[in-house]
Amino acid sequence: MLDMKTLGHDAIAEKGRFNAHKYLILRRLSQLGILALFLAGPWLGIWIVKGNLAYSLTLDFLPLTDPYVLLQGSLSGVVPETTAIIGVVIVLLFYFLVGGRVYCSWVCPVNMVTDLAAWLRRKLGIRTTSQLSRSTRFWMLGLTLILPFAVAGGIVWELVNPVSMMFRGIVFGMGAAWVMVLGIFLFDLIVAKDGWCGHICPVGAFYNLVGSRSLLRVNAVQRQACNDCMECYVVCPEPQVIKPALKGEEKGASPVILSSDCTNCGRCIDICAKDVFSYGGRRSKSIEVYKREGEINPGVQA
Amino acid sequence: MTDTERKNEINRRQFLGNMLKTACSVGLVGLGLGAYSKRASSLPASYIRPPGALPEEEFLGTCIRCGLCVRDCPYDILFLGEVGDQVPTGTPYFVARTGPCEMCEEIPCVVACPTNALDHELKDIEDSRMGLAVLIDQENCIAFHGLRCEVCFNVCPIRNRAITLDMQHNTRSGKHALFIPVVHSDACTGCGLCERACILEEAAIKVFPTHLAKGELGKHYRLGWEEKEKAGGALVTPDTEHRYNLPEGVRYELQGEGLIIEEGAQQTPFSANPLDTLNSGFMDK
Repeated sequence: MLDMKTLGHDAIAEKGRFNAHKYLILRRLSQLGILALFLAGPWLGIWIVKGNLAYSLTLDFLPLTDPYVLLQGSLSGVVPETTAIIGVVIVLLFYFLVGGRVYCSWVCPVNMVTDLAAWLRRKLGIRTTSQLSRSTRFWMLGLTLILPFAVAGGIVWELVNPVSMMFRGIVFGMGAAWVMVLGIFLFDLIVAKDGWCGHICPVGAFYNLVGSRSLLRVNAVQRQACNDCMECYVVCPEPQVIKPALKGEEKGASPVILSSDCTNCGRCIDICAKDVFSYGGRRSKSIEVYKREGEINPGVQA
Repeated sequence: MTDTERKNEINRRQFLGNMLKTACSVGLVGLGLGAYSKRASSLPASYIRPPGALPEEEFLGTCIRCGLCVRDCPYDILFLGEVGDQVPTGTPYFVARTGPCEMCEEIPCVVACPTNALDHELKDIEDSRMGLAVLIDQENCIAFHGLRCEVCFNVCPIRNRAITLDMQHNTRSGKHALFIPVVHSDACTGCGLCERACILEEAAIKVFPTHLAKGELGKHYRLGWEEKEKAGGALVTPDTEHRYNLPEGVRYELQGEGLIIEEGAQQTPFSANPLDTLNSGFMDK
């Protein structure tokens, strides 16, 4: 069995501390940077971005709209303004290209909370599991899209959505939203591994569908170098996505992680001492295929 | 298919069972959410929506809780509902007593709204109806004690139209006047400047959501005189003049002055006061 105490040691020894955490650091910079942009206005009076993740206006020019929130609104029978629709098109296009769940791992503030819970689980050796199915989130998504029809309360999910609550809370005022955040943290820590993001959150499920054909993917390009250390499975928030790509060689499966459950977080790339994984395109091939075909693989990092 | 894969494969019964379990739990969540949303979507009377806000139910489906109206309000009176507030989470509101709408001419909050939850048709802030001011406490409003206050009248941005002063007799002193503020719903925008300005510890004039502040006549109800005017004549009975059996030169005006004795009418031996006649007859004897 994998020793949790030495998790990541190989990668650090092989690649150095920075390279073994490169995408983790970049993700935190992205998540905190986005928050900082929104906070620069109210805190410092530097108005680069106004609003929050539901809708924002950058430099009084660029509208960005959360398609999921607007969809719920539309289902309650509302026709949005043109700027909101332009914002939706930009956002959908972006996530369609880079992967829907990039929202989860590079933007969403709750991810920092659930990552912390997952890290603590590993440190404390908490092994509890729940019976929750990973498909629960799609049922939740369906539910949140039905509720605007069924209940007169309009965008019902936004009354309780912890994702928007946390972000809006930080930017506009938290109120008791920290209780929700704490709840999710404890749920992930004690009840279920990756409980919220990996099983329940309908926001993630929505972006999952948005990015189901996305171009940017993680690619197990050097999968023949895999030494079965299993560390990528441990750190991955959606470990079920790895196996088909990493171990699919004999079946002739693509080395690209095609499941849209994958959040493109890049933890597998960081943790792998053998540099099996790298970001690549949807149609990328494994290094052997490239060698066979005499091409130079643009996806592999030096 | 390898052995391990066969082992890992779940059978149809398990699959359906799991699916049903998930569906049921999510359904329960849905019921809870539905019930919660009913409660959480009610807006307390003291929380006023920004100008141009659609009717509450529509507003909750349209507003995406982005807070741009809050950001663009130059007076910083708007807030987004926080978790635990009595206002649906993330939706904008102001509280008139502490921060009323200052009625900007450009209405920046409406301009900022990306979803039309604040109606972009609203071009003139005087047309907005955020609520309606109501002089709710006539016992403590000092105008009713005959004291000169009129602060609400004086701060009202729609001067002498939204709030007027009605001069009444002061029956307490018997020789002074009362200047009673009267709100007119055809002009009041519900900005709340009067509520903030009210000098009482607890304001006697308050802004309420219009549906709370106003009654509504039944849709079937017709006011006869209005219908008559619209139709250009009486609708039910023919509009004939009622004839009274009166002496010449005397007529009776219904809903008017009553009995009228015209100049040059034939003088009767009787006075208009029947007592005179009785008394005079008595004296003659």
